Amino acid sequence: MKRRTTTGAAALGAVLALALSACGGGSGTTPKDSAQPAAEEAKAEFNAGLTGVVNPSDKKGGVLKFANEGDWDSLDPGDTYYGYSWNFIRLYGRSLLMFKSAVGKEGNELTPDLAEGMGQPSDDAKTWTYKLKPGVKFEDGTAITSKDVKYAVLRSLDKEVFPDGYTYFNDFLDLPKGYKGPYKSKGVNTDKAIETPDDQTIVFHLKQPLSNFDYFAQLPATIPVPEAKDTGAKYREHVIASGPYMFEKNEIGKGFTLVRNPNWDPATDPNRKALPDGFDVTTNVNADDIDNRVLSGDLDVAILGTGVKQAALGRVLGDPANKANSDNPTSTRLWYTSINGNVPPLDNIDCRKAVQYAANKVDYQTAFGGEFAGGQIATSLLPPAIPGHEDFNLYPPGADNKGDLDKAKEHLTACGHADGFETNIAYRAERPNEKAAAEALQQALGRVGIKLTLKPFPQADYFALYAGKPGYAKDNKLGLAQNGWMSDWPDGFGFLGQIVDSRVIRDTGGSSNISVRDPEVDKMLDQAMAETDQAKRDALWTAIDKKVMEDAFILPGIWTKSLIVRSKNATNIFVNDAYGMYDYLGLGVK
Amino acid sequence: MATYIIRRLIWAAVMLTIVSIITFAIFFLVPRLAGATPESLATRYVGRTATAEQVKIAAEKLGFNDPLVVQYGRFAKGIVAGADYDYGPGVEHCPAPCFGYSFLTRLPVWPDLLDRLPVTMSLAIGAAILWVLAGVATGVVSALRRGSFFDRAAMTIALGGVSLPIFFTGMVSLVIFSYGLGITAPGGSFTPFLDDPAAWAYSLILPWITLAFLYAAGYARLTRAGMLETMSEDYIRTARAKGLTERTVVLKHGLRAALTPILTIFGLDVGLLLGGAVLTESTYSLPGMGKYAIDAITNQDLPKVMGVVLFAAFFVVVANLIVDLLYAVVDPRVRLA
Amino acid sequence: MTFLELKDLRIHFPTDDGLVKSVDGLSFSLERGKTLGIVGESGSGKSVTSLGILGLHKGGRARISGEIWLDGEELVSASAEHVRTLRGKKMAMIFQDPLSAMHPFYTVGAQIIEAYRIHHKVSKSVARKHAIEMLDRVGIPQPDRRVDSYPHEFSGGMRQRAMIAMALSCDPELLIADEPTTALDVTVQAQILDLMRDLQRDFNAALIIITHDLGVVAELSDDILVMYAGKAIEYGTSEDIFERPEHPYTWGLLGSMPRLDRERTERLMPIKGTPPSLINVPQGCAFHPRCTYGDRTGGKSTTEVPTLLESEGGHLVRCHLSGDVRRSIWENEIKPNLEAP
Repeated sequence: MKRRTTTGAAALGAVLALALSACGGGSGTTPKDSAQPAAEEAKAEFNAGLTGVVNPSDKKGGVLKFANEGDWDSLDPGDTYYGYSWNFIRLYGRSLLMFKSAVGKEGNELTPDLAEGMGQPSDDAKTWTYKLKPGVKFEDGTAITSKDVKYAVLRSLDKEVFPDGYTYFNDFLDLPKGYKGPYKSKGVNTDKAIETPDDQTIVFHLKQPLSNFDYFAQLPATIPVPEAKDTGAKYREHVIASGPYMFEKNEIGKGFTLVRNPNWDPATDPNRKALPDGFDVTTNVNADDIDNRVLSGDLDVAILGTGVKQAALGRVLGDPANKANSDNPTSTRLWYTSINGNVPPLDNIDCRKAVQYAANKVDYQTAFGGEFAGGQIATSLLPPAIPGHEDFNLYPPGADNKGDLDKAKEHLTACGHADGFETNIAYRAERPNEKAAAEALQQALGRVGIKLTLKPFPQADYFALYAGKPGYAKDNKLGLAQNGWMSDWPDGFGFLGQIVDSRVIRDTGGSSNISVRDPEVDKMLDQAMAETDQAKRDALWTAIDKKVMEDAFILPGIWTKSLIVRSKNATNIFVNDAYGMYDYLGLGVK
Repeated sequence: MATYIIRRLIWAAVMLTIVSIITFAIFFLVPRLAGATPESLATRYVGRTATAEQVKIAAEKLGFNDPLVVQYGRFAKGIVAGADYDYGPGVEHCPAPCFGYSFLTRLPVWPDLLDRLPVTMSLAIGAAILWVLAGVATGVVSALRRGSFFDRAAMTIALGGVSLPIFFTGMVSLVIFSYGLGITAPGGSFTPFLDDPAAWAYSLILPWITLAFLYAAGYARLTRAGMLETMSEDYIRTARAKGLTERTVVLKHGLRAALTPILTIFGLDVGLLLGGAVLTESTYSLPGMGKYAIDAITNQDLPKVMGVVLFAAFFVVVANLIVDLLYAVVDPRVRLA
Repeated sequence: MTFLELKDLRIHFPTDDGLVKSVDGLSFSLERGKTLGIVGESGSGKSVTSLGILGLHKGGRARISGEIWLDGEELVSASAEHVRTLRGKKMAMIFQDPLSAMHPFYTVGAQIIEAYRIHHKVSKSVARKHAIEMLDRVGIPQPDRRVDSYPHEFSGGMRQRAMIAMALSCDPELLIADEPTTALDVTVQAQILDLMRDLQRDFNAALIIITHDLGVVAELSDDILVMYAGKAIEYGTSEDIFERPEHPYTWGLLGSMPRLDRERTERLMPIKGTPPSLINVPQGCAFHPRCTYGDRTGGKSTTEVPTLLESEGGHLVRCHLSGDVRRSIWENEIKPNLEAP
């Protein structure tokens, strides 16, 4: 099915490419490599990288230049929490499992990396066993054992030393009481949580069933760390590589270079082609300059993968040659508006539904940057790239997507506020997009008499003190609040776990879920987490999505898209859905 | 003279202390007055979706639970006596002057500052030489040919130079000269002088010109005004009456006097150059103090901000001291007391 | 051959408001060893004249015509560069207010040395020795020490002495002193005037003293030129001007002069009105709006520009009043008032 679509696109692309060449646009004259599967190849046209490989090649050598407008939270595999970082980390680190380096949805699939196969769950899905491949070594030539993986996971539990990472392992591993990681809890026996019966086997014991633990096994925290070389908070300065590249030079705040790791054995690694000889990465680079340099060919990748900035947007979309050399992938991020059922009259479901109908999705989209730089209009929670996504729309906003005012008034009447009502909308003051979206809603809802007052709050304390603190939100009548979520990995749990589970809401504030309170949803979440059959599990995610939409606790805005530009010097360019950006493992140099 | 310098240095220390207290207060006291808790402050320095437990740990580790006086005292003690830092597997001693450890990267700030200083110095010295030479020369010629085409053109360009922001001129020149014509280094280029002086100059020539342009414009206007004023002084008439050549009159008598106020401004500008460096370094992605400052502020990384603010304040104070001393050398009527 | 001779010198400045005729047809001559006093109110053109002689208007906006002959050379048509080489050496100038006329950043010695070395190819140490000599000559105590002082470290009188030393350092043949004593105390004024008289005698230079104060020129000058609105209105020997002044303006100057050598008159008699604009010079006699005796000219004073005519023995006057009338007014109306005890 997928393959056929790709071929169709390629054929259409060929026609377009011819037309573009005629008016001077470069279509890329890639020498055909016989080793390359022909069906995957895509002509250099707009969005070609979403469905095929642009400039396929097996040529080795060369150096790719990356730039980051900011800096990594950390290069330490146990302390990093950005999608681009997880995408990139596969170049120097090997976790138990990994996302395939593949085009589009195929990139969502997990595949064994350090492990020989996928995780073997016990029947209750509380115990997961992985076997390591033999012959995998660190950059210094020492063999990687299951103990190195165990140590890596355990050290990542120390949130004082590694505050940037996630707490999945802290939350699910059956750890000894009061365990604080190997630095503080020296010598504590942790076999009850992670066992290493031999050097090739690692067994995780969980507190509760977890059907999708394989996603945990792809987390960078499972990238092995040799205890003898661990320097805690300073390990980020020299991470010991297990992947095909290792650090040659690393200046935190300025950049680093990766060179080939001589002890990486391709025989143990079917997932990585490792085409370039190295990577040159600069951090804290002016964002507009990055765009200009990528467009000029001076730089290969804007590593954040969040798309070109406003200044370059016109240059990319307005110039056919540039546009043909760019892609517009959808990420797994949803911008939405929380509808707080704790704030009357939104405790009435009809009042919430009135909001759903009255919203103007086109203006909402414009507020976030429009179709290309903003995203596609969302009708439910789960983004299209996540398994379990289903196209449905419980509140059809009219043919023009600008709202169904009759329906909205109908529900207002049912709610007992035929002439509308007043409430507030919270947003993060530092985010102009959220402000614009709030203003768009203010205008749209005003059409049916729902009067919104804008309430900006500082972003640092948005969830901890204001919109995310139930008492404050209720007392200050924050009926609506701008919100956003991006999943850590493309599955329903990663996406929905933190934003629809009412049990994550705490009176002290700080939770991302600030509106969904439905015991039935909670129950379905538990069900899904115990379901080891992927198809059944995905169906449950769909059901949860529908239930929350029926409850009308969330007004979905847009699933973000970003306009990313292909490197002029790179080969094997394609978008991996797991990251919603180019797959950094696949790239080679012309 | 010596007592004067000592008095100024003591005053400088007082100034730096005040600056550090104000910076500290902006970051901690003001948010606290606005209702921030140690935890809400700590949320900035942990990963997204951190749990309450995680945030609590971070707040404790960063010392946010202590009274502000204690927190400031710890910072001040670090500078004077150094500090100890637990990085996990062990404890590291950070020798004085210890500006603390970044809240985000957990790396000590002081080595960063030293590392970035050469970049900003390179930028500043090169740009300063350029802008003084270009600005003063233009100003002198404009003043001597007041009302000429050169004068009017130069002053129009100068007005533009003062008005156009660096991020605009910088970005435009990068697009034209680096990416279009390919004759200058792309953004983010920097080679230390000691590694390769030619590459050093090549990588900085565009930032120099951009930054110098901004200042040169001001100096041209200032020099022009100063020259117009001094050239009508009685002592210039005297110099001419002595039979001096016009060149000697202009350079030795006119410019010498006109430069005195410019020297004052120059000292201040060099001290405050960090302002210009922030924009230039951001635009050209140069890893200098300015870029460091802006990154630190964006990330609300207080130890870095404190470090860079104090460093910058130190330079302002020193630059002012040097200017005052120089002033006494240049203008014999000035006596330091 | 006359040492210095000006013939119909005109120095005009075009401005946005019109043509400023600062000097408008001035002629006089001066011999070596003689002193000419040029007297007039500010704006009368006396300073512009002196700068014009030095060639300091060259290259500027000024329009200069006429002739300036100095020791057989015509300077108006000479190149700016040539005139520059004469400046400081052949002709030198002493300025009013030596504090502003000396460069504040250089020592007095350095400024004298600089002046000397432009015109003499000598080493710095020789020039320095010369500077010390010059300072000694003008009466500055401890000149070997004071040579390294800055102008602001000198008193007003000392500065003026230093200024004179600087002007005389190259042994000029023409010395122009522009208000040399205006900025000084009265007692110091007298000392400086004595000094200048002595030096002029020693150097045998031609000296022009420019002042608004007749008292200054009274003792020093051989001849006196009274200027008004860019023109000479009376010219004669010192005796002519003080004993037999014929122009009403000169009478006014005498009347408004506090004199050291005579008893104080009961009151000063200042000239009424203000000096005229040099752009719109009054029609007829430029002085007529301020003249008490205009009605005795038969109306000519408002219509006709008077010419400079010889009254007797080289005494020139630019006035419509007839010689008899002038003499009679002086003898009967002015002089008694001035000399009244």
